[in-house]
Amino acid sequence: MTCETQGDGDSEQHPWRRPPRHHFPGIPAWGAPTARLREEKFDVSLIGAVTPDWAWGGSDGSGVKVAVLDSGVDGSHPMVKRLDRSVGVVPGDDGEFTIADCEPTDAAGHGTACAGLIRSMAPEVSLTSVRVLTNGKHGTGAGLIAGLRWAIDEGFDVINMSLSTGKPQFCLALHELADRAYFRRCVIVASAHNMPVRSFPWPFASVISVASHDEQDPSVYYYNPSPPVDFFARGMGVEVAWPGGARIRSTGNSFATPHITGICARILSKHPMLTPFQLKSVLYLAASNVFQPQGGDNAGR
Amino acid sequence: MPVGNADVTERSLLQSIVEVARSVFGAAAASVFLLDAETGDLVFEAVAGEGEDQLVGSRFPSGTGLAGWVVMSGQPLLVDDVTKNLQFARDAAESTGYVPSSIMAAPLIRNGECIGVLEVLDRGSRPRGDLSDVDLIGMLATEVALGLELVVKLRWLTGAQQAATAGSDGDLGVLSRIAARLPAATDPVASTVSRLLATADDLLAGESAASPGALR
Repeated sequence: MTCETQGDGDSEQHPWRRPPRHHFPGIPAWGAPTARLREEKFDVSLIGAVTPDWAWGGSDGSGVKVAVLDSGVDGSHPMVKRLDRSVGVVPGDDGEFTIADCEPTDAAGHGTACAGLIRSMAPEVSLTSVRVLTNGKHGTGAGLIAGLRWAIDEGFDVINMSLSTGKPQFCLALHELADRAYFRRCVIVASAHNMPVRSFPWPFASVISVASHDEQDPSVYYYNPSPPVDFFARGMGVEVAWPGGARIRSTGNSFATPHITGICARILSKHPMLTPFQLKSVLYLAASNVFQPQGGDNAGR
Repeated sequence: MPVGNADVTERSLLQSIVEVARSVFGAAAASVFLLDAETGDLVFEAVAGEGEDQLVGSRFPSGTGLAGWVVMSGQPLLVDDVTKNLQFARDAAESTGYVPSSIMAAPLIRNGECIGVLEVLDRGSRPRGDLSDVDLIGMLATEVALGLELVVKLRWLTGAQQAATAGSDGDLGVLSRIAARLPAATDPVASTVSRLLATADDLLAGESAASPGALR
């Protein structure tokens, strides 16, 4: 094994973007290397003593591609600074959704608010807007699935989903997509729902789910040992982008999620070979209530 | 669901919820919007406090404003200091005539779908934290959605009962027509009809014997 490299995240050479292996009946499809099939050399992100500084210190998110699945993103907003691409789901006559490039605008502003927070956490990250929500006329489920499928296939490193759908008929499709993302090293960071309703994909084990804490430090986040919420991040009184270049102070899990997305982008920028389960472990080890430098924890307590 | 179609129970339910929400939060106003599925507009269905005299029935596109954030994300949200945001203040003044300094809103979710929004303007100062307030409005919104679901079920049940009553009138109509035509029927037809009627009678007798009511 060799040490990690700052590789191109798009490369089809990465093990997580390879086509499925060919195999013949009677031969184990997923077995370990044998005498006939030599062990493969591959890069790994070596994990030593994980500290917040090891995890993301000095990283600005460069080289990491993040998709914001939301209401669109206003690319001209000062908090967003720049947007590399803007696409949207388009409902067809047959009820199927397709993906098409669209203007970098956002009538609602929710996606712009999320994108601005990701930019504030990881200034050099590459941001793409995937508009899956347009207005109240179309339900959230089918468009959400079309946009998510596209983002996974496009090979984004991190997908921010400050939204969910509660329609049970979309649960299985979302579950399969979340697993597909997981195995393709595409990290889905999703807002946990605070209301007593069932919604997806945030409770799936293959995604990173985020709820809010009430502290003001954007880098402070807490590991939650009680599933399904994985982490608590800053989500109260957060200054976020508002349409027209303005800012507003807002509270909600929608805004805790982009904080973790930004932290993930910084970690992946520094350690590009981390896969989602390794990344979640690094997040756990560097969490403010877990890491103990000299007896205290990351929050300095 | 336009306001004109909302029946008395639904209107009273929504009004009582917005009154409770306004009182619990010590707020300037509380309102419930329902989503018009055809136009995508949010329609004011009940308002307590500021605007209660003129806002019910008015509408705005669901893709904008904080209510739009809530519809899209399906998440409860809160914004503060909105008066500092001139664009926001202008939009609010144009749409409702009132410029709040804080807004809190939560989705009404039925069958996994957002069907509307519960909104509270200008909470009074209280010892609770913002996150607890957001949790509480989420709980109230859940109650509204459950209440609306009950109203819809009640309507359906009432409709089904009416249909059942209409159906039994129809059966009686058939029986009276048979009684009128039977004497004039030819012998083979009359004998078949008599056998069918006897079968129907047996069937009904068997059912009433098997039902718990017959045991008493």
